[in-house]
Amino acid sequence: MAKKIDVPFNGTKEQEEKLRAQLAQLRIEHEGKGLMIAALQKAQDIYGYLPEAVQQIIADELGVSLAEVYGVATFYAQFSLYPKGRYKIGVCLGTACYVKGSGDVYKKICDTLKIEGGQCTDDRKFSLDATRCIGCCGLAPVMTINDDVYGKVTPEEVEGILAKYMD
Amino acid sequence: MFRSHILVCGGTGCTSGNSMKIYDALVDRIQKAGLEKEVHVTKTGCFGLCAYGPIMIVYPEGAFYSQVKVEDVDEIVNEHIIKGRIVTRLLYKETVGEDGSIKALNDTNFYKKQHRVALRNCGVINPEKIEEYIAYDGYEALGKVLTEMTPQDVIDVISKSGLRGRGGAGFPTGRKWQFAKNSVGDKKYVCCNADEGDPGAFMDRSILEGDPHAVIEAMAIAAYAIGSDQGYIYVRAEYPIAVQRLTIAIKQAREYGLLGKNIFGTKFNFDLDIRLGAGAFVCGEETALMTSIEGHRGEPRPRPPFPAVKGLFGKPTILNNVETYANIPQIILKGADWFASMGTEKSRGTKVFALGGKIHNTGLVEIPMGTTMREIIYDIGGGCPNGKKFKAAQTGGPSGGCIPAHLIDTPIDYDNLIAIGSMMGSGGLIVMDEDNCMVDIAKFFLEFTVDESCGKCTACRIGTKRLYEMLCKVTDGTATMEDLDKMEELCYYIKENSLCGLGQTAPNPVLSTLHYFRDEYEAHVRDKRCPAGVCKKLLRYQVVADKCKGCTLCARNCPVGAISGTVKEPHVIDPNKCIKCGVCMEKCRFGAIIKA
Repeated sequence: MAKKIDVPFNGTKEQEEKLRAQLAQLRIEHEGKGLMIAALQKAQDIYGYLPEAVQQIIADELGVSLAEVYGVATFYAQFSLYPKGRYKIGVCLGTACYVKGSGDVYKKICDTLKIEGGQCTDDRKFSLDATRCIGCCGLAPVMTINDDVYGKVTPEEVEGILAKYMD
Repeated sequence: MFRSHILVCGGTGCTSGNSMKIYDALVDRIQKAGLEKEVHVTKTGCFGLCAYGPIMIVYPEGAFYSQVKVEDVDEIVNEHIIKGRIVTRLLYKETVGEDGSIKALNDTNFYKKQHRVALRNCGVINPEKIEEYIAYDGYEALGKVLTEMTPQDVIDVISKSGLRGRGGAGFPTGRKWQFAKNSVGDKKYVCCNADEGDPGAFMDRSILEGDPHAVIEAMAIAAYAIGSDQGYIYVRAEYPIAVQRLTIAIKQAREYGLLGKNIFGTKFNFDLDIRLGAGAFVCGEETALMTSIEGHRGEPRPRPPFPAVKGLFGKPTILNNVETYANIPQIILKGADWFASMGTEKSRGTKVFALGGKIHNTGLVEIPMGTTMREIIYDIGGGCPNGKKFKAAQTGGPSGGCIPAHLIDTPIDYDNLIAIGSMMGSGGLIVMDEDNCMVDIAKFFLEFTVDESCGKCTACRIGTKRLYEMLCKVTDGTATMEDLDKMEELCYYIKENSLCGLGQTAPNPVLSTLHYFRDEYEAHVRDKRCPAGVCKKLLRYQVVADKCKGCTLCARNCPVGAISGTVKEPHVIDPNKCIKCGVCMEKCRFGAIIKA
């Protein structure tokens, strides 16, 4: 079954240098205070997720314990400790979408890909997350795949939409 | 001078419907036609009528084109722009009179009853150009404040206007500023709460996307009033367009000397930075938001000390919501009396609502306080689609409650909404029709709060979880009548024993539905039936004997062999075998299978 897969960390030297440079820049912009969340956001932009090794780099750079970094990283929904799929599927479960049936769309995607929310398919192609309101309630119910937005989605359309990404 | 202006909506709703490709195509076609010096194409913030997006408007005719597609651009340019013939088929149908003439947008049902103060520039100016904001009186209020008024004058005007916080609780803004002014500190902060976490609400985002300078100007005014020189806007990372436009706006304001040192040649200094949230509903609570700006887990802390005394980084701080700020420059320019003339006695001014759910005109509306729910839902919103019956309106998101149909004539203001068991909240207004199960809706909100509870208080962390489980029992048909009483008791326990607003209001969706829709709960518990036909475990599929032709299609498709009957005779579903997959209902060509 799928799976929050724990893949071996394979970050590159370039990624690490980029992160350290950006953290140095952040320290100047924030005048040294309150930069943890921004630091994690930069790191997730670079690596796609926040494995322990990356959290350790941040802890070292910011001069705080790994536990503190982990505490913040696990508090906010935006941060993921696991890699996401190549295609990140989001289904809006905001109220406006929910009353128009996005829960059924969400369930249909789970059944089709045989994963649950927060998980990734074995081939790391798709990952699924329930999102909060993304703000285009006129299109409810809404699902997104990376930057593509699909509005007024019905459960029947799910397989057809996913098929476009099956290449 | 341009002979024609085309305004394309660049809000999130319309961009999700491809409006930026339409914008690009328009610019391209206008250029190819050699009209770039005559026709000006610009992108604006949200027009409000998101249901009909993507939207554009062409002046001087005021032609309001709705649901435009990229393929329509050629026709609009060739017919309307070049030949001067309006493309009638694309016009928003409410703007077309019986004789084919164009009605002004403000005469349509959707806009007629609206009164735009906070949204006044949304859909009017290009939010990425400070010059357009300035042309609409932008930064004039800041100039007036800095050169003609003392900080106390400013606070007096705001207090007198009766403006209350638009983020939910409705605390008087003037009083909040007064507290912060009176606090002694070497450094003070002005913060803006743009962490709009209420699912289904997008007012603040639309203001930031459509009129970012109004918020910046207001924050500078607030800073002058309380004696601060640094501000932070805490905005959701999920709002990329809003963040981008804010970033541009701050940069432009700095270039114009409207942020930075010695603003308007006075001794007043103020600068502003953006802090991105990372997805935590509890960070809408003021102390949690400040903890989050400081870079920690966004957990609330006890008050007092209030932020006005000890807030961000331990310094006196004020925190207001985006919409609250958007009202400020207008109040300064037009005066407290003008603002106080709108609305009701205890709730002055207007309120923006994000209208969504089972309603025709999904979108953003701004109405004077005291407008009734009926006017919003029927006159402005156009009622429920598909001829369905209106059942309830939900305000205040996960902290609010459901307002049943019989209270639809309640004038909306802070106090009335609390009196009927809901709250203003930030302004989400979700309409539900007869197909929505109220127990399911309560469960939906509880699932949200269970997920978003920060975990600090036991009552909230564990209480909401237990409450959610009890709701699951109701929707599964395993609850007893005693469980309903226990639920109510637990609701009050959670409310009384939670530290912050999240826990104190989390049971509201349950309490209000229990109060107004108790019969629906009882139907689930006593009759094991979901009247709206939503709760899967309680559904029973039945064959309507009169309509069944005995074609056997359902029986052949049933995966568990629960349907029996002979050819050309009405079939029967065995409820003990049925797994409620719904295949039979999908397959039946005669509409002979119903769920009840």
